[in-house]
Amino acid sequence: MLSMAALALRANAQDAAVRFGLTPVFLDDHAGLLKAWRAYLESRLGRPVQFVQRGTYREISDMLRRDKLDFAWICGYPFVRWRRWLRLLAVPLYRGQPLYRAYLIVPATDTTTRSILDLRGKVFAFSDPDSNSGYLYANYRLAQADERPAGFFSKSFFTWAHRKVVEAVAAVLAQGGSVDGYVWDTLEKFSPELTSRTRVADRSPEFGFPPLVARASVTHAEFDAMSRVLLGMASDGEGQDLLNRLNLDGFTPGSDGLFEDIDRMMRAVDRSDAAAPA
Amino acid sequence: MLPRLRDLSLRYKIPLRGSLLVLVTAAAVTLSLMFREYDQLRDDLIASSASMGRVLAKTLVTPLVHDDVWRAFEIINSPFHASGHELAPQTAEIVTVLDSRGMVYVSTQPTQYPILADPMRTNRDFSELQHAIDHYREFEPTVVEPLRSDKLYVVAPIVSDGVQLGSLVIGYSKSAFAPRFYAIAKRAGVVTLFVIAVLLPASWYWGQRFARPLMNLARSMEQVSTRIPAEAEVRVEESRDEMGQVGAAYKAMLQELREKELLKREIVVSERLAAVGRLSAGIAHEINNPLGGMLNAINTFKHHGSDDPVTVKTLSLLERGLLQIRDTVAALLVEARIESHPLTRQDIEDTRTLVLADANGKSVRFEWENDVVGALQIPSTLVRQILINLMLNAVDAAGANGVASGHVYHDSRDLHIVVANNGTHIPPERMEYLFEPFSSHRAGGHGLGLWVTYQVIRQLSGDVAVASEPDHTSFHVTLPLETQPA
Repeated sequence: MLSMAALALRANAQDAAVRFGLTPVFLDDHAGLLKAWRAYLESRLGRPVQFVQRGTYREISDMLRRDKLDFAWICGYPFVRWRRWLRLLAVPLYRGQPLYRAYLIVPATDTTTRSILDLRGKVFAFSDPDSNSGYLYANYRLAQADERPAGFFSKSFFTWAHRKVVEAVAAVLAQGGSVDGYVWDTLEKFSPELTSRTRVADRSPEFGFPPLVARASVTHAEFDAMSRVLLGMASDGEGQDLLNRLNLDGFTPGSDGLFEDIDRMMRAVDRSDAAAPA
Repeated sequence: MLPRLRDLSLRYKIPLRGSLLVLVTAAAVTLSLMFREYDQLRDDLIASSASMGRVLAKTLVTPLVHDDVWRAFEIINSPFHASGHELAPQTAEIVTVLDSRGMVYVSTQPTQYPILADPMRTNRDFSELQHAIDHYREFEPTVVEPLRSDKLYVVAPIVSDGVQLGSLVIGYSKSAFAPRFYAIAKRAGVVTLFVIAVLLPASWYWGQRFARPLMNLARSMEQVSTRIPAEAEVRVEESRDEMGQVGAAYKAMLQELREKELLKREIVVSERLAAVGRLSAGIAHEINNPLGGMLNAINTFKHHGSDDPVTVKTLSLLERGLLQIRDTVAALLVEARIESHPLTRQDIEDTRTLVLADANGKSVRFEWENDVVGALQIPSTLVRQILINLMLNAVDAAGANGVASGHVYHDSRDLHIVVANNGTHIPPERMEYLFEPFSSHRAGGHGLGLWVTYQVIRQLSGDVAVASEPDHTSFHVTLPLETQPA
């Protein structure tokens, strides 16, 4: 019945579809989940919702900045980098907190590695150059030791998704990887056979969870409507069901303060890169 | 000790050889089928993997240009995901991308082939692969089968705009063929067993059939050293092939041997008879001289008379005894009476009249045939003597209600006398001594009849043949006619 209503609404307001960008900050390859979530948003907003998925964070960030998207779920790193063009819409609550960690994972056969600094000369997998947990944090750790990935690792590569970092490390294609802790934990819950082939060697301090943002130019009405729907998800059964499938507890309005550490790390890495010999 | 193979009987040797031939043929056919099937499998694999190599190599260009290890990893893994969980026989075991320096760029088995490692350290096959990589022809995929390796490789260059960025190596385990290969081998084996099951008994049967005449011949030949087998005992192949020729030659040889044996025995008999004849003639002469003297003396004494009855009685007793001796000796001493006239038909008819009376008395049916015409240059008295002797014997032998027969005929060279009867036949052991004096076992005979007959025949340079079997005994006398009238 709800979907019937949504279809009717969509037919009336085709041009006014909400464009919602998604990145691999979460498990964006679960089509069933996305379909259900979209139907939920459409029914609550009374407007059609269009999910836009891209292979990299960069593409989504660019589309937001050029007003091609209304909302998007991005990482804390692009959020602090492109802060001026964006408005913080909501921050997911994970284990009751709007926080998560970056994990350093190694193959399960590696029982000695305790830190990224133990992986000198190895092959390393990053998820995305615009990811905090999948790139920035690892870079920051190296920069603190006055190292850069290019010189420190024999080779490093991007998988463009957290899940694929886990796969690369599980297959021992890479001897180490930097991954979103929330993704790893969720995978451990749903695909333990994959995560069991990896071991979490190090956990970062807590950072602000990848936020949902709006382009700066979005109208108040649109912003409020979307904010209301998201924040209300935890309080209705259907929303709760979706949150369970997302392995989240709900959404909170959040604040810029959550991302201060990421901002600090970004500046440190930028300085380190600038200081590096060309 | 086991008999040596070459000493084995043909009965086993021929079927064994046939069986060996069947087995070898079956094995050869099976093996060739299996090799053909293996080649087919291999060709299929090469064709499909070469096309897969071409496609993968093309797809890998962009990731290599962008140095996107993960994308390359996903691409080279795609053939494995496509064919499902269980590896089909033609699924690659390993796919590896080498960079332009020949180092591992990415591999589906990163633990064995880590990124940037030298693949030769893990697998020596790569030194041969590197050679193929260095010598691509037209940038086409190449199949490499390194020696002493259980793998088969397809190497394909990854080329962008004429520049070789790296190489794709797809490795197939040959043991992946094994299940399919074994399935084929099993099927071929079953068919072979079936063929053997049909051919082996056939081979044994034909072998035995082929060996049988040879074995019969060999067994028969073994007997020849002790005795010559009779015609009926010899079983040889009746055909015109070599086997039949050998059999026929063997039979002919036996026939010759038999004739030779017969001749030898005839010679022995006739020589013995001649010796006996000479001996008896000598003795008869030696006896005749004093005998004549003694009879003369008795005669003279009787003329001069003596009335003493005892003396007269004694002398006449002596005389009778001496006369009996003279008769016996005279019978032994057969002498040709050359003054005899030529033989006529009537001479022979006369003998019949004589014998007929005897035959009638003994209730013997006497059959007669006289084909003599005109006068023949041969002493009639002797011929009559022979005839009478033989015919009287025949009538005797025929016994009551028996049949005796006489047949006299001639051609330009010989006179033939054939006398036969259907009485008790002469046993073979007696045959040899038949014509010797005093050999008769017949009651009432003095045992000189056949002896005399034989002597007469010999004097006429003739010959006699005797054939005796139950119910038929015949004497065939052949007497040469004097071609030039004397």
